[in-house]
Parts: sequence; C-alpha cells; structure tokens
Amino acid sequence: MLELFVTFAKIGLFTIGGGYAMIPLIKQTVVDEKQWATEEELMDLIAVAQSCPGVFAVNISVFIGYRMKRLPGALMCAFGAALPSFFIILAIAIFFRQYRENPVVASIFRGIRPAVAALIAAPVFRMARTAKINIYNVWIPVVAALAIWMLGFSPVFVILIAALGGYAYGQLTK
Amino acid sequence: MIFFLLFITFFQIGLLGFGGGYSMLSMIQAEVVTRHGWMTMSEFTDMVAISQMTPGPIGINSATYTGYTAVVNAGYPEWAGLLGSALATFALVLPTFVLMIIISRFLLRYKSHPIVESIFKGLRPAVVGLIAAAALLLCTQDNFGSPDTDPWRFWISLGLFVFVFIGQQVYKLHPILLICMCGVAGLILF
Repeated sequence: MLELFVTFAKIGLFTIGGGYAMIPLIKQTVVDEKQWATEEELMDLIAVAQSCPGVFAVNISVFIGYRMKRLPGALMCAFGAALPSFFIILAIAIFFRQYRENPVVASIFRGIRPAVAALIAAPVFRMARTAKINIYNVWIPVVAALAIWMLGFSPVFVILIAALGGYAYGQLTK
Repeated sequence: MIFFLLFITFFQIGLLGFGGGYSMLSMIQAEVVTRHGWMTMSEFTDMVAISQMTPGPIGINSATYTGYTAVVNAGYPEWAGLLGSALATFALVLPTFVLMIIISRFLLRYKSHPIVESIFKGLRPAVVGLIAAAALLLCTQDNFGSPDTDPWRFWISLGLFVFVFIGQQVYKLHPILLICMCGVAGLILF
C-alpha cells in the first residue's frame, strides 16, 4: 500500500512540465520494474485516461491503484501523485507573493510572460495534428477560439456545445 | 462564500477539462481572471510560468496556486489561503477520481462505442481551439507592454515571443530552458 503511494509520489515529483512527460517514467516503473501491468494494458489505460477530463497523471494513477487494491489503492495513488506538487507549489505561492514586487523578480517575470504565451501557442499546431484537424473540421477550433477570445464565451460552455454537437452529428449520420 | 465558489469552479474544471493541462488553463483563466476577478492577468501568467517550471501536473499546480492566491487576494489571512489551495486541488481531482473508478469497473469495454466516438469527434477539435484562445488571451498589454507608451518593452516582448515559439516548435528546446533564457533576458533588458 505504502509502495503505491511512494511510487506515484516519485512519478509526480519527477514530472516537470505536465502529464505527458510522465508516460515513459510510468512505463518504466509500472511495467518494467514493478510489473503491475503489461505494456499493452498500460497503453489501453493511457488511451482512456487521455480521453477523460481532468489531470492525466491523477487519472492514470487512480486506474492503476484501483486495479491493485480497489478503493484504498486508488486513494493512495491519487494522493501520491498530487501531494508532492501540492506542497511544493504552495510553498512557492506563499514565497512568490512576498517577492513579486521586488524589482529584480519583476523584471525577470516581464521577460518570462511573453514566453508563456508562446509556450501555449506552440502546442496548438502539434495538437491540431493529433486531433486530426482537416479542411472539413478546421472551423471548429477556429470558431471555438474566436468565441472565447473575442466574444468572451466560457470555455466550459464551448466544451459542452462541442460534445453535444459531436453527439448530434453522430446521430444524424448514422 | 469564496470557498464555495472555489470548490464549484474547480469541480467544474475537473469535470470538463478535456485535453489536459493546457486546455484546463483556458478554463481557469476564464473563471478566475475574467469571471471572478480573483487574480489579474499578469498574476495568472506568472502562475502558468511557475507551474511549468515546478514538478507535478500543471492542472494540480495551477489549482493549488490559484486557490491560495485568490483567497489571500480577497483579503483573508494566510491560513485561509492554505485552506483555499487544498479545497481547489481537492475539487479539481474529485470528479475524475470518481469517473476513473467507474470507468475501470464498467466502461473499459465501451471505449469504442459509436456514441462515445462521435462525441469525441466534436470535443477533440474544440480542445485545440480552447488552447489557441488561452494563448491569444495572454497577449495583452499587461504581459507585453504597450507599443505607444512603452515601445522598448513591447518590441522586446514580441521578439521573445517569436524566439520561444520557434525554439519550441522548430528546435524542440525544453520549455524550462526557454523560460530561464527569457528570465535572464528580462533581467538584463527591463
């Protein structure tokens, strides 16, 4: 039980820059070292966890924890994946609040802010390939982006409409 | 009241946050900056940078950070901020925790059900749009400076944006490396 917690705490801690960086590490630990799942099972789990909402790393750890030890296992793994980063980021949030106005910190972050915008813009094109965007459905991301950016629609609303639209389209073309 | 709103907001983001951390960021931005005004746009941008540089999933990092900052910004004491960050993180994880257990029990075999597939035909392209909107919304005067009153900062910011975009897209440089380089540039130039 403790082993589940420690394993996922380690995976959570060593993932910098988001969930997908975790995949090789999860594979190495869960499949090669601990043999909690076969590579094929893990690939299936990853595919499902990717299409589910929420935090990918937590999703995958809940899956594996539940398979191993049911509900207590799922809880252990979720806590393991979430707790280390919770404490680290909390410490930083408290610390950063006090130093945000410091002139050195302020000028460093003035340089970083354009970088953040670019770092979010870059994966758009990579994701467009994974999401199989073509000339027939390219209007969906364009309309979604413009509705949020220019008209102030809530992304939550856009997601709900997209899911409903997909469902309706599936029913109509059946 | 703010605690209740934090819970509802992050529960909703956890439940509908398809497409990983980046698309969740656009929801957090819409709710936290635009709708509730718990953080300014530049505070939000700083938070994203910090989330990317620190270990752990971006979704968890931003919920924890936002929970703390929103509550303390609203004038509550420090300990209430701790409560806010725990609550936001818990609310974010809760919906998919339940969902994952249900799926691993019953639904794994419905993975390729036609209804599920058609819903995702609408969802996947929309998530791309969500991320694009998040990037566009970050291009504000708060983050880039204004070309009229502060042209020096504006043009350098624009240059940094192009530099990072190409560095990431063409040369696949690591995001943390790029953030650090821009931090140094900021220190020297601003």
